[in-house]
Amino acid sequence: MADARPRTLFDKIWAHHVVETLPDGTALLYIDRHLVHEVTSPQAFEGLRAAGRRVRRPDATIAVVDHNIATDDSRRTGITDPESRLQVETLERNVAEFGVPYIPLLDDRQGIVHVIGPELGLSLPGMTIVCGDSHTSTHGALGALAFGIGTSEVEHVLATQTLLQKPAKNMRVRVEGTLALGCTAKDIVLAIIGKIGTAGGTGHVIEYAGEAIRALDMAGRMTVCNMSIEAGARAGMVAPDETTFAYVKGRPHAPKGEAWERAVAFWRSLPSDPGAHFDKEVVLDAAAIAPMVSWGTSPEDVLPITGVVPDPAEAPNETRRAQLQRMLDYMGLTPGQKLTELKVDVVFIGSCTNSRIEDIRAAAAIAKGRKVAEGVRAMVVPGSGLVKKQAEAEGLDRVLKEAGFEWREAGCSMCLGMNPDKLRPGQRCASTSNRNFEGRQGPGGRTHLLSPAMAAAAAIAGRLTDVREWQPA
Amino acid sequence: MRPFTVLTGIAAPLPLANVDTDQIIPARFLKTIARTGLGKHLFANFRYKEDGTENPDFVLNQQPYRQAEILIAFENFGCGSSREHAPWALLDFGIRCVIAPDFADIFHNNSFKNGILPVKLPREICAQLMEDAKLGANARITVDLERQVVVRPNGEEIPFEVDPFRRHCLLNGLDDIGQTLQHASAIDSYEAKQRATQPWLFAS
Ligand code: SF4
Repeated sequence: MADARPRTLFDKIWAHHVVETLPDGTALLYIDRHLVHEVTSPQAFEGLRAAGRRVRRPDATIAVVDHNIATDDSRRTGITDPESRLQVETLERNVAEFGVPYIPLLDDRQGIVHVIGPELGLSLPGMTIVCGDSHTSTHGALGALAFGIGTSEVEHVLATQTLLQKPAKNMRVRVEGTLALGCTAKDIVLAIIGKIGTAGGTGHVIEYAGEAIRALDMAGRMTVCNMSIEAGARAGMVAPDETTFAYVKGRPHAPKGEAWERAVAFWRSLPSDPGAHFDKEVVLDAAAIAPMVSWGTSPEDVLPITGVVPDPAEAPNETRRAQLQRMLDYMGLTPGQKLTELKVDVVFIGSCTNSRIEDIRAAAAIAKGRKVAEGVRAMVVPGSGLVKKQAEAEGLDRVLKEAGFEWREAGCSMCLGMNPDKLRPGQRCASTSNRNFEGRQGPGGRTHLLSPAMAAAAAIAGRLTDVREWQPA
Repeated sequence: MRPFTVLTGIAAPLPLANVDTDQIIPARFLKTIARTGLGKHLFANFRYKEDGTENPDFVLNQQPYRQAEILIAFENFGCGSSREHAPWALLDFGIRCVIAPDFADIFHNNSFKNGILPVKLPREICAQLMEDAKLGANARITVDLERQVVVRPNGEEIPFEVDPFRRHCLLNGLDDIGQTLQHASAIDSYEAKQRATQPWLFAS
């Protein structure tokens, strides 16, 4: 019997994947795609080995290295850090032993796990997608249910292709109206987190909807869904539509021919029904969103670039005052300081939030015919080898290099201090990544989150600056 | 997971409360590729001196406690972080049961997940068992999960409570994966249905 109750996108995908409901309400949820990387998988494979188990569906699994690896030429001569090398070698041994498809470091398709999934057509609408990494929410942009899991769960999926899960609640964030010139998906998501806070989505799966979301290309939707986790949500998603289908069509692992027609027909049934119930709803006006930048050490501490550093003396209570003070001390800021006065030492354009071809085009458009400010280290790290090749085919690498940007190999790079690309203590960085936690980009490093165009403009100005004043030269 | 039915073995006395996960395994040992092999880092800050040599005063460096399979401790055992490395380190050392007045939640869960039985007994009884354990090789303690009793060296039987579902899993050696694999035929039929209706999910 069909359920007549109007359902959300999340409800539908969930229902399609319940293998069985256990007596206590836990669902045994089937997983369609499992992405594996070097950092959170070694103990999972070891667990399989110890229990004499195999990988149930190697064909639904794909492994790649991204977190630990260098993004300069040294990747060709071998990884120097012994612990990183061991994690990479261990993954290579595990995928060989368990027959899991693997994209090697020197393959063009190598890249950040959340960039390559959609790019290769491995992540598709309607799927359940997991990875031992919290930013798996990125893949929800395709209209999939995608979320991060822990190492024990990685092992569970490898062995059973399922997870034991309790359903999440439904939340909808509607962004209505049209974005102003110079504002991007990154500004939308920073504005959302600024509004609802880092716990605003806790216990929920967020569906992003509204005119401004519909108007985004897939890269923009991925940027928004990527940071769902910073809003506390388990996952983020956007209903599949013509933009989605046009993006997916023709990708290496996307369905072809008759299967494509069937798939699209099915995907069209997924968007939330009119009148479907959301436990929580938030509405933003896109026209009111300015280019955003984070000033503190939590992703909710964001302001329009026209703003000034907040004054702890004006905090509503003592706890917040102390928290603000601690952030200002760590970030080396003084109350009332204009954000546009903050000089930057490093500019990082990359990460699973903003390293797609569209992001690199946006950065290159600002960089073209200009020069990175004296004393600023600016790097552009494509999200995958294929993004890198595409950018080179378009001549973007030349534009960026001529402006003084470093042009790197694909990987997580300076998004987290786990590979050779790190901030030094006290360095201030304009970064297109997703987390501004203390020490995230290296011990003592100071992170300001912003969009790729804002980051490129900061590199040229040598300080944070309003990209609306920097239209392409 | 190895089933846990009846365990008779050496019990090591660790007369401390609030043994936290940083004590069980310090954070510097987390950047590892293994979940086995952590036994050598178990209680590293207690077990080794600064120069890396063994601290002969620590109980697990003494005979017969190097072979201990049971650990007796006081309140709030396993508090601190959620690291699964804590039960991994205990198990790798050879500890299969911890007896204490109470346990921190996450550690408690993680223990069951990894085949370690945490037994909650009142403090007075833990104190008695602590004295038993100090007798070393002459004092083997039995933990009988089937009958839910701890047997002291003098033959006295002490009943304990355990969640029936957790008990079932341990007795049968079922970890979460083992549990799920009991539903293997449901997974098979789900896959068969999906393969027919959404073949593109199986094309790879
Ligand atoms: S780019 Fe950053 S956030 Fe994304 S997967 Fe890599 S480390 Fe995680």
